[in-house]
Amino acid sequence: MHDFSGIIAYGSVFLTLVLINGITCLGLNLQWGQTGLFNVGVAGFVGIGAYTSALLTSAPADGRLGGYGWPIAAGCLAAMLSSGAASALVGAATLRLRSDYLAITTFGVAVTVELVLRNAEHLTGGSFGVSFIPRPFAALAERPALFGTVNLFLVAGIVVVVYLALERLVRSPWGRVLRAVREDERAAEALGKSAARFRLQAFAIGGALMGLAGALEAHLIGFIAPDNFDSALTFQIWTMLIIGGSGNNLGVLLGAFLVSTFWSITGLGVGALFPPEDQARAAALRIVAIGVLLAATIVMRPRGLLGERLSVSRHVAAPDKR
Amino acid sequence: MSLQFLADGLVAGATIGLGAVGVTLTYSILRFANFAYGEFISWGCYLTLLLASAIGAWASASVAPIGALSIGPNVLAAGLLAMALTGLLAIGLDVLLFRRLRRKFSSITAVIASFGASMALRAALEAIFSSRPTYFSQELQIAIRVGGLRITPDQLALLGLAVLLAGALQLLLTRTNAGRSMRAVSENPTLARIVGIDVAAVIRLTWFIGGALACASGIMLGLVVQIRPTMGSELLLPLFAAAILGGIGSVPGALLGGLLVGFAEAATVQLIGAEWRAAVAFIILIAVLLLRPAGLFGQAA
Repeated sequence: MHDFSGIIAYGSVFLTLVLINGITCLGLNLQWGQTGLFNVGVAGFVGIGAYTSALLTSAPADGRLGGYGWPIAAGCLAAMLSSGAASALVGAATLRLRSDYLAITTFGVAVTVELVLRNAEHLTGGSFGVSFIPRPFAALAERPALFGTVNLFLVAGIVVVVYLALERLVRSPWGRVLRAVREDERAAEALGKSAARFRLQAFAIGGALMGLAGALEAHLIGFIAPDNFDSALTFQIWTMLIIGGSGNNLGVLLGAFLVSTFWSITGLGVGALFPPEDQARAAALRIVAIGVLLAATIVMRPRGLLGERLSVSRHVAAPDKR
Repeated sequence: MSLQFLADGLVAGATIGLGAVGVTLTYSILRFANFAYGEFISWGCYLTLLLASAIGAWASASVAPIGALSIGPNVLAAGLLAMALTGLLAIGLDVLLFRRLRRKFSSITAVIASFGASMALRAALEAIFSSRPTYFSQELQIAIRVGGLRITPDQLALLGLAVLLAGALQLLLTRTNAGRSMRAVSENPTLARIVGIDVAAVIRLTWFIGGALACASGIMLGLVVQIRPTMGSELLLPLFAAAILGGIGSVPGALLGGLLVGFAEAATVQLIGAEWRAAVAFIILIAVLLLRPAGLFGQAA
């Protein structure tokens, strides 16, 4: 019986992390999949959210900011606001310029956020990170299987809400304009739609979702450190999106599941097969494999596993495949 | 404040400038921001290290340092070979990846592909060489004083090398047919093809030069700082900042941009602290994009 509850505890934590990455993927899908905005700084925006909520909700600690004892839900909202605002600022500075300037700037955001997380010890606790972040249903923590399951359902509920809201947005007139801007900016402008404004909105909402994912990660693990938010995270999220099928919200959730599964199975394999002194080098091979997989998908199956479904509106049947 | 940051900034700026020239050249001709460029820098440096030890094992006399420098002729020969190999590596990545995307997709798809390729290339270096830093030479160098500033003989030689390479590239671009073709493709690829320029050959040449410059920049970085798998990706943001500050497509602009970023970084290290060095390029980048997105010498997009 003990083994069984151990498996449930492990499985629920794994699925919770998959779903949290799924929320980040949904945010990126709104930015890239729907609107064509390239964000190479995903980890930075997730990190901003994670630290915002962690610092606002945790108990006071010596040597760093924070300890305001906010409720978890308020922390998550603040995380969405701060990551959304950061995205809006980046977007306002770069969205009127050529498209890869946004990519370069978001890359800079991620580098700078990581730098602040590591070095601004009075603000973020430095490389030690923030620990003892309040966790939902903390009273159940003594029983890992139940604790894990309850939290899994909580995150799953949030994912369902986010998913339904995004699906509704995508099929709304607003979503149609996003795709119009992505496909042909001039035509959209000619119809009186301000491409810059719609892009900025999509970029900010996507960023807010990344902030939410960061906050959830902080609260469900209870501990965050700068290493959780380095470029490897950005890379994993992109791989999930591309392999699952960019533009398709179900597809990116599938991608989140598949890439996370690959990641933890190979992680267990590296731990089991290699002596400790070779493990860091063997772990690097996993990144090589995922990088090759990403590039191969872009070249050979650019639609991913579940490609974008062409849709005009909730009220009109989807047109045939082009 | 001591003026030592001028000497440090000059060396760092030359390294950044040389890489930024490669970035600006490939960006203006291939029309996408290549996130794998930093990996050419790391690969170039590791290739040099590998070839230098192979040459050193084959002709042991070549390891003896040249004059006041810390490195022997083996590193020089290895560096030249590695520049050619890194150029071929860049062409190889184009054949495998970017060329297939050019035909079908918008340029931003190539940016994603380059991001994936950069993670894979960097992790491959970690898998082969481990992430432990290494050096070309264990020789200690005594800094010489030039007008009150300390600079090592290695650094002086590298500055000379950077000036030589940039000058050669400027001559190539302005005085040769190949260079004129490159500038034509950068201005307008369709028109260039119509007047009979072999665009595919120009693209190959561009990747080759870009890779070779990345390698040179990597050797400078490896000699002055240290050799690590992340050395190139950490230089990527300064390179982009310098190329955009100089104006995409402008070789003198990229060099000047590199020097400015280098001076700003060195001043920051002296005034605020080394841990904040990497934020300097980001601040410069944001300032340029807000105030003058075309850069110092660029044309308005």
